[in-house]
Amino acid sequence: MILVWLIGILMGGGLLALISGQRNKTLPRWISLYTVSAGFLAIISFWIDHYPISSISNAWLIEYKADWIPAFGITFHLAVDGLSLLLLALTFFLGILAVLCSWTDVKERVGFYHFNLLWILAGICGVFMAMDLFLFYFFWEVMLIPMYFLIGIWGSENRVYAAYKFFIFTQASGLLMLLAILGLYFIHGNNTGNYTFNYLELIGTAIPQGIQNWLMLGFMIAFVVKLPIVPFHSWLPDAHGEAPTAGSLILAGLLLKTGAYGILRFVLPLFPEASANFAPVAMFLGVTGIIYGAIMAFSQTDLKRLIAYTSVSHMGFVMLGIFSFNALALQGVIMQLVTHAVSTGALFIMAGMLKERLHTRDINQMGGLWSQMPRMGAVGMLFAMASLGLPGLGSFIAEFLILLGAFRASPLLTIIATLGLVFSAVYSLRIVQKVFLGPVKKDLPVLDLAWREMFIMASLTISIIWLGMYPQPVINTAKPMVKYIEQIFSGENTSQSHTGKSIPTSQQNNIKDGTYVSK
Amino acid sequence: MINNLLWLIPALPLMGFLVLSLAGKSLSKSAIAFIGAGSICLSAIITILIGINFLNHPPAEGFISQTLWTWIEVGNFKPEITFLIDPLSLVFVFVITFIGALIHIYSAGFMAGDKDYSRFFACMNLFVFSMLVLVLANNLLLLYLGWEGVGLCSYLLIGFWYENPQNGYAARKAFIMTRIGDTAMAIGLFMIFSQFGSLLIPEILAKAPQLFQQGDSIITIIALLLLAGGLGKSAQLPLQNWLPDAMAGPSPVSALIHAATMVTAGVYLIARMHVIFELSPIAQMIVAIIGAATLLIAGFSAITQYDIKRVLAYSTISQIGYMFLALGLGAWTSAIFHFMIHAFFKALLFLAAGAIIESLHHEHNMFKMGGLKNKMPLIFWTFLIGSASLAALPLVSAGFYSKDAILWYAWSSEKGNVFLWTIALLGAFITAAYTCRMMIVTFWGSSKTEISHLPGKLMTIPLLVLAFFSVLAGFIELPHNFGHLTLFSDFLNPVLPETRMGNESQPEWIFQLLAAAATFGGIYISYLFYFKKPALIANLKQSSWAIGLYQFLFSGWGFDLLYNALFVIPITYISNINKNDVVDQLYKGISFISFKLNKSLSYTQSGSLRWYAMGLLLGAIIILTIQILL
Repeated sequence: MILVWLIGILMGGGLLALISGQRNKTLPRWISLYTVSAGFLAIISFWIDHYPISSISNAWLIEYKADWIPAFGITFHLAVDGLSLLLLALTFFLGILAVLCSWTDVKERVGFYHFNLLWILAGICGVFMAMDLFLFYFFWEVMLIPMYFLIGIWGSENRVYAAYKFFIFTQASGLLMLLAILGLYFIHGNNTGNYTFNYLELIGTAIPQGIQNWLMLGFMIAFVVKLPIVPFHSWLPDAHGEAPTAGSLILAGLLLKTGAYGILRFVLPLFPEASANFAPVAMFLGVTGIIYGAIMAFSQTDLKRLIAYTSVSHMGFVMLGIFSFNALALQGVIMQLVTHAVSTGALFIMAGMLKERLHTRDINQMGGLWSQMPRMGAVGMLFAMASLGLPGLGSFIAEFLILLGAFRASPLLTIIATLGLVFSAVYSLRIVQKVFLGPVKKDLPVLDLAWREMFIMASLTISIIWLGMYPQPVINTAKPMVKYIEQIFSGENTSQSHTGKSIPTSQQNNIKDGTYVSK
Repeated sequence: MINNLLWLIPALPLMGFLVLSLAGKSLSKSAIAFIGAGSICLSAIITILIGINFLNHPPAEGFISQTLWTWIEVGNFKPEITFLIDPLSLVFVFVITFIGALIHIYSAGFMAGDKDYSRFFACMNLFVFSMLVLVLANNLLLLYLGWEGVGLCSYLLIGFWYENPQNGYAARKAFIMTRIGDTAMAIGLFMIFSQFGSLLIPEILAKAPQLFQQGDSIITIIALLLLAGGLGKSAQLPLQNWLPDAMAGPSPVSALIHAATMVTAGVYLIARMHVIFELSPIAQMIVAIIGAATLLIAGFSAITQYDIKRVLAYSTISQIGYMFLALGLGAWTSAIFHFMIHAFFKALLFLAAGAIIESLHHEHNMFKMGGLKNKMPLIFWTFLIGSASLAALPLVSAGFYSKDAILWYAWSSEKGNVFLWTIALLGAFITAAYTCRMMIVTFWGSSKTEISHLPGKLMTIPLLVLAFFSVLAGFIELPHNFGHLTLFSDFLNPVLPETRMGNESQPEWIFQLLAAAATFGGIYISYLFYFKKPALIANLKQSSWAIGLYQFLFSGWGFDLLYNALFVIPITYISNINKNDVVDQLYKGISFISFKLNKSLSYTQSGSLRWYAMGLLLGAIIILTIQILL
């Protein structure tokens, strides 16, 4: 039931914020803060209760299932494993920061703003928990539409264009996924006579090779557009550039992660053969993204667009890692999802703070800010270093593990990807130089970080260093999922190696013996 | 047990960094200096205690190690935060903490007027921490953490005076050029892990001879990738040209990072992984050749510089070239010996140069100094001692003993040959020449800039200590033919193998005489040109070829231009022309076509009845025609 509550509290909080926003501007902020914090505490205490996950024999930690539209085999089915748990914790953590960083930034239609913010978070939570493909698609849309409003209403000058672009890219690719879901539904129904959208039952559906490739691509396109992977990335710089700070934070920190999550959760287990065939292309696209994103980042002058392109580069590592199909690379991928959310999120928040102070995103108009804002300078330096993968910070662990694992799968592509480390140094140092160092460009008095901002940055700083020096909690939590995927692609029989008891709340036969599969 | 304090050696500087970076703004200057320098001094004391203990009670397994926690564990990939002290790392830790402490004390005086006093000490402390992690790591991943950490600190400190964009440029150049090497090294780590299934250094060294034959291509590739990492950090050919620009940082930084410690990280790495290099004769030969080429190229450039710090920078590149040559020859202990001696005298030279520069209102140009012999006697004498060591003045300087050994092995070791020996000898000649030129121009002649003040005690005492070691440290390792003292190599031999000898037919003293002759020859040439007959220089300035050659050498053999043309300009160009993202233009094209189609179709909806009637008629005709035709 806790799973339903997590979504329900966000949706309810959103409605409450909307209503209270009619009368008062501060109330929605507090309501949102309390709502998201409550969710965060709930998920953290749940995590602590179940830690270390790897020692628990059951892959699914908790499950909730209710009928929704039984005629079509649609259920309201939520479940959480280590991977979902990590991403949920991340969602609520960034959710708190998103509320905090819009505290003074958003002044108009505060109620509706927080309604959208919380509903995006609800949609994301749903995506990370849904075990029914129809439900998954439903949540996929739930996170899309409020985001469209967030960019379109509270964005900067070119917001309407950016919002349309974001909407069309994700919607068009989402429709392809819907078609693929329906295809899978009918093939499974034809094969077994059991028409269902249940993910756990659909795993292992025998699909002819030709159709499997098409269905896989249907899912894949939706996810790589979200990730994003070159050449489907061009909505990202616009959306990031124009979105309000919290919007950029959620886009970079969470929405992109749903793409990676989708590939890990759905594409690989549902279409193992097609994925294996697709792997060389996917790895190549990943490496292209790494290099292309980095080179693009170097030439940008708009700070937020610049950071957006670094995201393209970092997400290339995710693609490379996923399709290496080994534990090292996959653990790296999951680390990358978490660390990229923290480090890029911090950079976007910083860009937002700079914009609040200087009213510009153009780095050519910044410079020499260190002397006025040494605290922000130090934080900016730290996260630029995280972005270039400095050891000791979380991103290094992520990228090193990905490359170490990918080297086994494809030495040549890995070597090219590693060259991305040089480019990442080039663009990261350029950010620091243009913004904080050099002679002072604008001789206006600028305030250094306030207490609220200090709290945001301190929590991100502690996170990135903790992830860099002791990443084991994340690795342990993700271990069952990583093991499962590794086994699919090493050709072993999955159900033999997972042993354990079924979870008490589950009466279904589909989560038996603690495995991810039903049969 | 004193050995259990091992973790404190790196932890103290880290704590210093944390305190200074979090609370530095609210501390007084003396408190900052006390924390900043005090943390390093404590580390140095612990190091000396552990070192004494190590000498008195050598551990049975040959090293002391201390595990703090498991860093990462994914399957069989399990790097730990483990520190390991063996003779090799002990030498490095000693140099880092001891010289580091002296430089920190000096900095307390040198930086006293700077507004960013706490930031300076915070970065310096962080550097010492990273450098200690680098040499104490028991696995290559932890080593890599230190390796990148020192790169970061080097970047932060080169660009310490950040208001000047030139400094920022030099800092980024240093970071990015070393990162190129680091990236190659990272690929090397991937290969090592895929071959050995581990990044644990003792395990790799133990397994390598079992897994690989002498000269296997895989081991050669691994060796070359590690070497590439070393070339970047140690500023060797072809990644050498960041170091002269790195002199933009404060002088203590140049002394600590760009002379004594960080730039020798490559030497440490190769010595640490010597088993890999011994398995690949080709790779080792390349190490020797790069060392030889670098020492010559940098030496020639040093002769032409007028900025005193750039002379020292080129000389550092050149001296590290000697260390690489020694590594390539398999003269492992000689390389480490030269590293230690070089750390003493080069730190001394940089600190003394810093004192001069500070007293002369930040004047870097030697030709605007002059006549300082009597005005700054203490600086003069310490600088003279450092210079003597750099020029390898026979018998009385430590530099002679460390460099002579390398020259001897360049001839006599199994891997040595006439070619390498000739270059090394020529290098010794040039070294003496540019060192003497620097001495004469700076300290003799007429005074050109008034000095503002003499350095205080905080600055002079470290100079005296370093001068003491620059003379006496040489006597712990004496040549075979006189003294034959091998304290230093005996200490290191459990870790580093003895040099395999090849050509020992000629007596060693001939080579020592030749080396001495090269030194004196170099000194005489400079004496002739800069003291006795300055007219010779004026004559040279008349001929265009000499000017051209001078420009070429002065610019560091044109490497900056070459790399700009080959890499910087093309990449910037590509990046800039594609600023608007060609991929996005594709999507923009699609939306443009859609809009156009929409617009042209919307013309048909004009509201005019005649047009609609026409349209009906036309449509009917077309359909009829098609039906008739088919």
